[in-house]
Amino acid sequence: MCSHSTFAGEGHPLDAVLVGLRPCGAHDFITTRLRRAPIEAWHLLGHLKETWGHPSPASWAVRSRHCCHCLCFMRKMLAAVSRVLSGASQKPASRVLIASRNFANDATFEIKKCDLHRLEEGPPVTTVLTREDGLKYYRMMQTVRRMELKADQLYKQKIIRGFCHLCDGQEACCVGLEAGINPTDHLITAYRAHGFTFTRGLSVREILAELTGRKGGCAKGKGGSMHMYAKNFYGGNGIVGAQVPLGAGIALACKYNGKDEVCLTLYGDGAANQGQIFEAYNMAALWKLPCIFICENNRYGMGTSVERAAASTDYYKRGDFIPGLRVDGMDILCVREATRFAAAYCRSGKGPILMELQTYRYHGHSMSDPGVSYRTREEIQEVRSKSDPIMLLKDRMVNSNLASVEELKEIDVEVRKEIEDAAQFATADPEPPLEELGYHIYSSDPPFEVRGANQWIKFKSVS
Amino acid sequence: MAAVSGLVRRPFRQVTVRDAINQGMDEELERDEKVFLLGEEVAQYDGAYKVSRGLWKKYGDKRIIDTPISEMGFAGIAVGAAMAGLRPICEFMTFNFSMQAIDQVINSAAKTYYMSGGLQSVPIVFRGPNGASAGVAAQHSQCFAAWYGHCPGLKVVSPWNSEDAKGLIKSAIRDNNPVVMLENELMYGVPFEFPPEAQSKDFLVPIGKAKIERQGTHITVVSHSRPVGHCLEAAAVLSKEGVECEVINMRTIRPMDMETIEASVMKTNHLVTVEGGWPQFGVGAEICARIMEGISKKPVLEYSQAQIKRLKLAFALSQLSLPSPRSCIQFPGCSCCSCHWC
Repeated sequence: MCSHSTFAGEGHPLDAVLVGLRPCGAHDFITTRLRRAPIEAWHLLGHLKETWGHPSPASWAVRSRHCCHCLCFMRKMLAAVSRVLSGASQKPASRVLIASRNFANDATFEIKKCDLHRLEEGPPVTTVLTREDGLKYYRMMQTVRRMELKADQLYKQKIIRGFCHLCDGQEACCVGLEAGINPTDHLITAYRAHGFTFTRGLSVREILAELTGRKGGCAKGKGGSMHMYAKNFYGGNGIVGAQVPLGAGIALACKYNGKDEVCLTLYGDGAANQGQIFEAYNMAALWKLPCIFICENNRYGMGTSVERAAASTDYYKRGDFIPGLRVDGMDILCVREATRFAAAYCRSGKGPILMELQTYRYHGHSMSDPGVSYRTREEIQEVRSKSDPIMLLKDRMVNSNLASVEELKEIDVEVRKEIEDAAQFATADPEPPLEELGYHIYSSDPPFEVRGANQWIKFKSVS
Repeated sequence: MAAVSGLVRRPFRQVTVRDAINQGMDEELERDEKVFLLGEEVAQYDGAYKVSRGLWKKYGDKRIIDTPISEMGFAGIAVGAAMAGLRPICEFMTFNFSMQAIDQVINSAAKTYYMSGGLQSVPIVFRGPNGASAGVAAQHSQCFAAWYGHCPGLKVVSPWNSEDAKGLIKSAIRDNNPVVMLENELMYGVPFEFPPEAQSKDFLVPIGKAKIERQGTHITVVSHSRPVGHCLEAAAVLSKEGVECEVINMRTIRPMDMETIEASVMKTNHLVTVEGGWPQFGVGAEICARIMEGISKKPVLEYSQAQIKRLKLAFALSQLSLPSPRSCIQFPGCSCCSCHWC
């Protein structure tokens, strides 16, 4: 079973390690890693465990048996290997061996059928995913995931303060929605907004720096977690439900301007009971506004489960006269297809449509909520192990030969680095200067004086 | 001949406050396609108080929009449209109903420019009748000048006469900030002389500048909206007794023109504030506080709706509870003879 060494020259210490590993996908990955840095060799174990310890589809079973054998061998050899390599000079990160596998260009997948309300037909039940798109979605979801986890870490270190509502678990929603619309379309959401801020075009650097309240943040440190804005992205809104009429207003502007754009107006299962949302439904339907109302149902409004908050938990039907669809919000392809369908519906001038995305958040409501007093750890773990959106996409791509495990791990590493750099920046960047406290009160006005905490303290206000 | 006729000034005309606001909106709708009006009964009914008469016939459904009775909803829609680049005028049938939508005015409109670090502006106008009308009872008579005037990020204007009304609505529409315009229903039908410059399509009254309606030397009387008229009537009566009042029409509640008020008080050493709102935490209270801080040595007398807290339907009683010319006269007389501080 052992193959020729991938390293030039005979008797190289690495050969021993690589014996028998070639059939497993880990071979190429390990090769490049050991070349780069001995320290990373220790991380190999972690990766291997992750790969093989994963609940595996049948196709993994065969490989597992081979690889368990290799794993034992690996443990013994790694100590020797790292000693050998620690004296070697570090090469720049260029691959010794490019995994010369032929990947498929695209693959067709079946997706769950959406429940429909007042619709004859729904989104398609199969979709084509290209390799390029798959890698893009994977990278984006992984970036959102790692960014949120980094925010969690920074919050616990008290570098981020104030409100911080994390969306890890809900990555398929933000990335899937973005995949279904154009950059010229519009989006507005509530306070669990970091993922959308990223998918709408801001960098992780700007987002984390805004969370830490520094001047390099996207709102110069004055908005924080709930008030981030980008082109065609209207935040980030702190008042539960208020963003829904705003979204209908943006849709009115789309129709007014006649540019064939739509507005995605998001709210949660908790906000779905707000009266102003029903007022917005009424006007949007009356005036046929190109508004896609989207309920991100993560089963809990803060600490209140949907059963305890809503007389009807069929959120996709709550628009009554507005057609609706209920979508599996953990499957990015399902979200993407449903969004494409909904956007086409709106663009055709038929008026608004409602989507309910069934999703889940791993964190509590905010950083002050451990998230286990109103739900069980078992429930969280079950969702993580069976329905994690990143895992689902990864499985699909690997099983259909759209990507290799190593390639996706490469992306993981790159993403981690990007997040690390952004966190460094967000921690080191200075806060906005005190002189600017009074800035941006009014738009387009000449400078004026603002009274501070007492009559002798004055700030200058510049637009 | 043509050159000479260009120099001939147009004569003064009598224009009601209602028509002045109508004209101002009409001119701005014509000037900028992004301007539109929405509210209850603004289109086909010609406006609950006929302020938007004729506009729907001229501009149609796209620009003059009748809304259902959903203040929070349509105020939010208006703010969203402003965020997306349009320039809405959102009419509240009266500002009492704006309380249902006040979250959209304050949290979605006023605070957004600041919280976005200057990225997202909200060029919207909220307008409608404010304060007391004739016998409409407490729920329909509240003055919101102090409530909206409290909030940074918002501009609040309160016209008295036709010139104020037209100039301020045009300035408000052209302003890139959220502006609340507090009109007065009882003033809608009152005609005023319209100076020639006010007849121009580019006539603007600057926001943030008060106007001295009447020069005087003995006492400063500061007011806004309908009570300005009462103050002027009172001043005319007092003048016969040898007391010359300087009457200041605030025009803007926020940002308040303290310079004009302070300069006047420095001259007269006496100040009376007159308003239709409740006294506690009111506009007059703010002016007094600032005068106390700013000029420091001169205490101030304040008169507003005083001890009457509730408006009853009984007409006679409601007459007594609001500032009127007679009540404005009583007070200065009192201050001159017994409360004479310099």
